[in-house]
Amino acid sequence: MSSPDVWPKTASSFNNRSGSARERIFAKVRAALDVPASGPDPRLTIVERRIAERRRHMLPARATMAPADLRAQFATHLTRGKASVIDVAEDAGVPAAIASYLRAQNLPPTLRIGDDARLRSLPWDTTPSMTLRYGRADPHTDAVTLSYAVAAAAETGTLVLASGPDNPVSLSFLPDTHLIVLNAATLVGAYEDAFDIVRATLGDGVMPRTLNFISGPSRTADIGGIPVMGAHGPRHLAVFVVG
Amino acid sequence: MGFSMRRRYGTQGNMKPTSADFKHNARVALDDPQLQRALSGLPTGLVAQRTAARAGLPEFEAFRTVGRDVKNHMLANLDLYLAKYEERATANGAIVHWAETATDANEIIAKICRDVDAKLVTKGKSMVSEEIALNAHLEAQGMRVVETDLGEYLVQIRGEVPSHIIVPALHLTEAQVEAEFREKHTHLPKDRPLPDPASMVAEARAIMRANYIEADVGITGANFLIAETGSSVIVTNEGNGDLTQSLARVHVVITSIEKVVATLEDVAPLLRLLARSATGQDISNYVTFSTGPRRAADPDGPEQYHVVILDNGRSEILASDVRDVLRCIRCGACMNHCPVYQSIGGHAYGWVYPGPIGAVLTPAQLGVQTGRHLPGASTFCGKCADVCPVKIPLPDLMRKWREADFRQGNQGVLARAGLSMWAALAKRPRAYHTVTRAVALLLGAWGRSRGGFRSLPFAGGWTKHRDLPAPQGRTFQQLWAEQQKGLSPDV
Repeated sequence: MSSPDVWPKTASSFNNRSGSARERIFAKVRAALDVPASGPDPRLTIVERRIAERRRHMLPARATMAPADLRAQFATHLTRGKASVIDVAEDAGVPAAIASYLRAQNLPPTLRIGDDARLRSLPWDTTPSMTLRYGRADPHTDAVTLSYAVAAAAETGTLVLASGPDNPVSLSFLPDTHLIVLNAATLVGAYEDAFDIVRATLGDGVMPRTLNFISGPSRTADIGGIPVMGAHGPRHLAVFVVG
Repeated sequence: MGFSMRRRYGTQGNMKPTSADFKHNARVALDDPQLQRALSGLPTGLVAQRTAARAGLPEFEAFRTVGRDVKNHMLANLDLYLAKYEERATANGAIVHWAETATDANEIIAKICRDVDAKLVTKGKSMVSEEIALNAHLEAQGMRVVETDLGEYLVQIRGEVPSHIIVPALHLTEAQVEAEFREKHTHLPKDRPLPDPASMVAEARAIMRANYIEADVGITGANFLIAETGSSVIVTNEGNGDLTQSLARVHVVITSIEKVVATLEDVAPLLRLLARSATGQDISNYVTFSTGPRRAADPDGPEQYHVVILDNGRSEILASDVRDVLRCIRCGACMNHCPVYQSIGGHAYGWVYPGPIGAVLTPAQLGVQTGRHLPGASTFCGKCADVCPVKIPLPDLMRKWREADFRQGNQGVLARAGLSMWAALAKRPRAYHTVTRAVALLLGAWGRSRGGFRSLPFAGGWTKHRDLPAPQGRTFQQLWAEQQKGLSPDV
């Protein structure tokens, strides 16, 4: 290893500009790591195995509790972060629970949702005054949006959403109020557990354009260190846990 | 005073290093009452919040070891993970660019913007973009660049640079922000009420909304790159990064080679460490894994997704004996807990990365000559290493730079002579004891009646700000020896 006193200055050390930038960067990294220029690289097996095995590191105790405790913890973290958590016994009760929440918040009964079969099939006729609009969020008109979470991690009250036709990413960030439905069966302890559900749901090795961890409303403390909700995204986040 | 600081940092966030003037910068900072007021919130704010968050995760210390080991493994196999990342990202539709220098990265991004005839570029928080002075480069080509993170927006409209890596406007008080908004947001009524941070946040939010929608290109940084999935990850609370990268036609990620990790399972422990160490939250409210551009059936999201991966000296750090600094996950805990940072803030350090992490990175990136004062600006209390989520031995690395600085002979003749004399004395215990005993006796006899000294030859740096207590006549070595013999029960 070279010593800092013979440090080459970054600006002057790039006199050799042969090959592509990529080749030069890789060459410098390999030289720094003392990788032999030719012959088999024993590190490759280790790297490929690590990516294939996706071995978990330790999990915190707070992520490995009994299901009932996980559910309580999930709600505790979210409500402490100024989100609302509403328990709903079954799917059929979701429209009424949403209508009731919107009434209590003095919000209009108009929802923007994605093309999500689970949300479409809810009994919206139980709340005849509710208007549903489909597609991506309109920044000028949509005050309330509704998403369906893929999973949630109780350890920090974190919802996991995948973007797609069923859940345009703008639904999560443009409205004043974002509502999320979560199936209690997909409420797990650790981030690692949630990743497993994502892999099982979307397909192993498949990632959406964005996978979003959401753990509260949009927040900033950039002025005087004082927390304010609704910095750029939703001011309010409400989670409906079904089952 | 605040104004003279501002001029020192150029205009429009164009970063010109002033690390060589650290001593002057620090003096200005110490005499700036507004800065001192802004900094006074650190111990009860970020520091206390981290302590509370750490208490909520009993395994925190064990996770620090995991974090260290994960990052060490990635660095030891960096070329292979970067290649795997590139392969997966490209397969998912990303366009990956490699940049050796700041200039290269700037030109790559400018070309991406020119290719879509970009007029307005929005940008989420990215320290790498500060490192390469991206805004100035794009503005010089006629583009308008708007910072979307509230803190970054504040320093941008003031023509400043961030003073902290996660709280860019940490140096500003609420009253200064109000004054700034009144001065700069001239389209709003002069006498509008701005009684609290909430009202100012609302004002900035309304302005930023229009920018997100109008922007052609949205630029973000990346906290991590994931080799397994080819994803880039951003961690924010405001959601500005998400609006930036989702509403523009083109999403550009500017990041650096040491950000790559193997799998989602490797990111999980780092996420547990990052927010707790940074803001004292269990997790930041938004963690976003981005993979490729919008899919064919997606109703929104960017049509193009570019990832620019910068070296800018990091491969040389990898080859050096300060390699450990590349583990850094940019949480800011080291500066929050640093007594020097707490006293002078971030601007005095004179380059992108302030605090202990900056004291190690700045000499590496700008050269020992320019950055030599920063590793010296430490009490060596070791708090930065204690709180570092990936266990970077920051004081040890600073000491390496001090040694390099001495070997290069950058000190003045007097300082070198003094250090040589001190070394000669410290290496000869008998001479050392004789001299210190004599000095203790002399100073004790001279000053004991007064209790201390208001001023003293060769000690002006100390006595300018506080009295030097008079020695009580015996040295520590003497007291220690006496105590060991049980002769001095009063010690």
